[in-house]
Amino acid sequence: MRKSIFGVACVAALLATGAARAEPTVKIGLIISYSGQFADAGLQMDDGIKLFVQKHGDTVAGKKIVFIRKDTGGIAPAVAKRLAQELVVRDKVDVLAGFVLTPNAMAAADVSAQAKKFMVVMNAATSVIITKSPYMTRSSVTTPMLNETFGTWAAKHGIKTAYTMVSDYGPGIDAEQAFIKGFKDAGGKIVGSVRMPVANADFSAFVQRAKDAKPDAIYIFVPGGSQPAAIGKAIVEQNIDRKKTRILGQDVITSEGALKSMGDTALGVITVSNYDYNHQSPKNKAFVAAYRKAYHRTPDIFSIGGYDGMRIIYNALKKTGGKTDGKSLIDATKGMSFESPRGPVSIDPKTRDIIENVYIRRVEKVGTKLKNVEFDTINHVKDPFAATAAK
Amino acid sequence: MLGSIAGVLYDGFAYGMLLFLLSVGLSVTLGMMNFVNLAHGAFAMLGGYVAVTLMNRLDWPFLATLPVAFLAAAAASIVLERVLYRRFYKASDLDQCLLTIGIVFVSIASAAYVFGTEQAVVRTPAWLQGSFVVGEQTFGVYRLFLIVVALALAAGLVGLLEFTRFGAKVRAAVDNQRMARGLGIDVDRVFALTFALGCGLAGLGGALAIELVGLNHTFAFSYLIYVLIVVSVGGLGSIGGSFAAAALLGVSTVAGEYWAPQTGSFLIYFVMVAILMWRPLGLFGKR
Amino acid sequence: MTSLTSAGAGDDLKIWLTKRTRWRGAEIVFWLACLLPYALTPDYLQLASQIAISALFALSLDLLLGYAGVLSLGHAAFFGLGAYTAGLLAAHGWGEPLTGLAAAGLVAGVCGFLASLIVVRFRGLALIMITLGLAQMLASAANSVSWLTGGADGLQGVDVKPLFGVFSFDLWGRTAYAYSLAVLFLVFLLVRRITNSPFGLSLRGIRENGVRMAALGAPNQAHLRKTFTIAAGIAGLAGALLTQTTETVSLQTLGFQKSADVLVMLVLGGVGRLYGGLVGAIIYMIARDQFSDMNPEYWFFWIGLMLIGVVVFLPGGILGGLSLLTRSWKRRAP
Repeated sequence: MRKSIFGVACVAALLATGAARAEPTVKIGLIISYSGQFADAGLQMDDGIKLFVQKHGDTVAGKKIVFIRKDTGGIAPAVAKRLAQELVVRDKVDVLAGFVLTPNAMAAADVSAQAKKFMVVMNAATSVIITKSPYMTRSSVTTPMLNETFGTWAAKHGIKTAYTMVSDYGPGIDAEQAFIKGFKDAGGKIVGSVRMPVANADFSAFVQRAKDAKPDAIYIFVPGGSQPAAIGKAIVEQNIDRKKTRILGQDVITSEGALKSMGDTALGVITVSNYDYNHQSPKNKAFVAAYRKAYHRTPDIFSIGGYDGMRIIYNALKKTGGKTDGKSLIDATKGMSFESPRGPVSIDPKTRDIIENVYIRRVEKVGTKLKNVEFDTINHVKDPFAATAAK
Repeated sequence: MLGSIAGVLYDGFAYGMLLFLLSVGLSVTLGMMNFVNLAHGAFAMLGGYVAVTLMNRLDWPFLATLPVAFLAAAAASIVLERVLYRRFYKASDLDQCLLTIGIVFVSIASAAYVFGTEQAVVRTPAWLQGSFVVGEQTFGVYRLFLIVVALALAAGLVGLLEFTRFGAKVRAAVDNQRMARGLGIDVDRVFALTFALGCGLAGLGGALAIELVGLNHTFAFSYLIYVLIVVSVGGLGSIGGSFAAAALLGVSTVAGEYWAPQTGSFLIYFVMVAILMWRPLGLFGKR
Repeated sequence: MTSLTSAGAGDDLKIWLTKRTRWRGAEIVFWLACLLPYALTPDYLQLASQIAISALFALSLDLLLGYAGVLSLGHAAFFGLGAYTAGLLAAHGWGEPLTGLAAAGLVAGVCGFLASLIVVRFRGLALIMITLGLAQMLASAANSVSWLTGGADGLQGVDVKPLFGVFSFDLWGRTAYAYSLAVLFLVFLLVRRITNSPFGLSLRGIRENGVRMAALGAPNQAHLRKTFTIAAGIAGLAGALLTQTTETVSLQTLGFQKSADVLVMLVLGGVGRLYGGLVGAIIYMIARDQFSDMNPEYWFFWIGLMLIGVVVFLPGGILGGLSLLTRSWKRRAP
């Protein structure tokens, strides 16, 4: 399975060099973190992309889709920018796509703007990215879309006081500020906030502080990987009374891996997300089944970002009849709407950013497995930053 | 307030004990043979993944995987030592650095290929989970387990070193290698065994670490810094030094998180630099 | 016969140094070859520019490690300081590259001097860990002052004006490479001068046997401080170049990974040979680029094998190993 990526890369490279003489192609440069700390997100995104092509074929509007994959190795904006430049200048790609991490997306956006190339951000979630190039769109979600909505929802559903715990880096701080804004605007009171070191290993001290503040709810944002399970365990260890203090967080803290690690201690945690493999729709069930069959793993938010990002590219190409210049593709993307495994998705014609449903879920036991069960939906959420900027 | 001090000390000491297990091997072998083994973290990672595989694929109970993690890492170290390391004892420090960093890279890529890039997931037995309450303070059970295991091993190591012939040979080799050879001690063999023991402990530490700090394919590199800090602050070749340094590092990390979280990792490095400026050879180092 | 009187010894020294500073054929070929990318691989100029920047960074570490014997695992601190200085200037309206470059070198140099007051008193593992610790403290602080540095997302709004008002930094990297290469060459000349001077010799003496040098009356500490300052300043120049040619700055420029990478490049090429850092940077970054293209997920594996291979077959780095081979080959030739 992983060796096949090597094979595909080889074939793609061969195709890329031979394409000029062969049939017309659309070259898509993928700038993704395939190695290092964020490798898992990168690989899931790549699998989502591959699954879409597998299902819908690799020809659109009479042209063959060709991928050129570049690894950023993690957070490396100078590298991402150089890779974007090389893809445009050397490999003559038509589309720049991928982007797991915000700094990389921001750096590559300069190239997209300068070279007038269509760019699809498939994960990076910081609001301001979309403003960096007029040829850019996004297929994932923004942090305020999730967390500001969540804050508002929490205040309106019986949570009067909250304590926030986030990791001290870009996404964490964005999430904290978004949640606090939504929460306070809807009448909630923040009784304390703490920012934890990004590479933190041990959460017991922080959880203890949160417990001491006795809030109605503790809001948590930590990066994926080892931290969600670690903080879950710290919560259990500190014996937080879950009836008096509810645990809230963004979806990473109840990802599949985190739930497996935490076990029953995760029951009752309420999270916000734009996608979960447990979403009850026929389209999603088919998607998850196909993904599991092909990659022996469950799809996550990175997978759906990649999958729907490809949908956007295909739809745009169909609309332009194969024209690949940046302006044609972005114009075709504005106002686009389709049904994704996650729910209904559309692209805002003014901001070019994504509009989708936001789901509030609770961890429950379904049969023998722990799952995120959606129990509330906020429809057609737009990025608040862009919404106010557009006004 | 008293309660939280106790909590910070307890959690910090437990974290420190984990660091002790991960680092003590490197301290002793670096002090004895002056061989810069930056791949020490790779052995910890190997132990961790062995434990994960046994638990998830073969349904072994957690406790049973611990000795296997130890043995697997020790065995791997013996192979690596014979095949590769032995030829580079006389090489320059920098060449040793480059060699072992190369091994780290290879191990990270191999771990990603074999075990995937997701977080390793383990389910420790129920009796190791949860917490107990003393007065107003809650204490985690797993941390108590970690402390007990580390203390037992530390005692065992000190006993080995002080009361056995092998231990006497180890101490001789650390103090003055040439003299030890002159006295007829087979220093190479002593080193090989000590190296195996040290890497085995790292492997055990890796297996124990999963529950506390998680495990993924980048573990070998991400914990390298902390191991280096413990080794340098503790002093080369000293078990007591590693113990003290690890405990100090663990407690200051947790204390910083509780009382000054906005400083982030600043505090640990500040403490390290301060101690090294005061005692450049480490707390208990001799050279 | 070598006389021990000061005049006689001084002449011998001058002759020896003059011999060393003469340009060898291989060196001229090397620098001319650096111009080849413009003709042969015009699509790779942006990569070439980043290689030149890494080479400059490695050269600065070589001065410190190869000549003064100071192993620093925190050298990226100065790279980052230079990078952020140039970035902050450019983000706040002062986008002129050359003055930004000079300012960055100055800031990094001053900070290097301040750091050297603490650092050069130590040797061995303590020195390594203190440099690491100081750099990590700086990185942590930089993350905290995200209002200044942009935090984890990096500094935004870096707007660099065209070089000399004419050559803008384009997508192809033509200006970027010329700029980086020129700075590299000029600094290289400077470092070559320094290492082949009496000062450079005394540095080597300190590296080999510090106690003896002190007994001879050499001001060890002062020399080391001077070297540390110069090395820091050069690293700052490299950082500024990266900012100006990519219009991005991020916390990565200060991190442990960067310090470790440059050390690997230097040792790979060969320490203390002036060209070691350059060769190491070229080989490492090209290998990384190629392996990463072939195998985006597992290129680490091939790089690791390459490093192990170099240590096994070419002890002392590539240049060190090659010089051993040519020496034994010369001996065998009639």
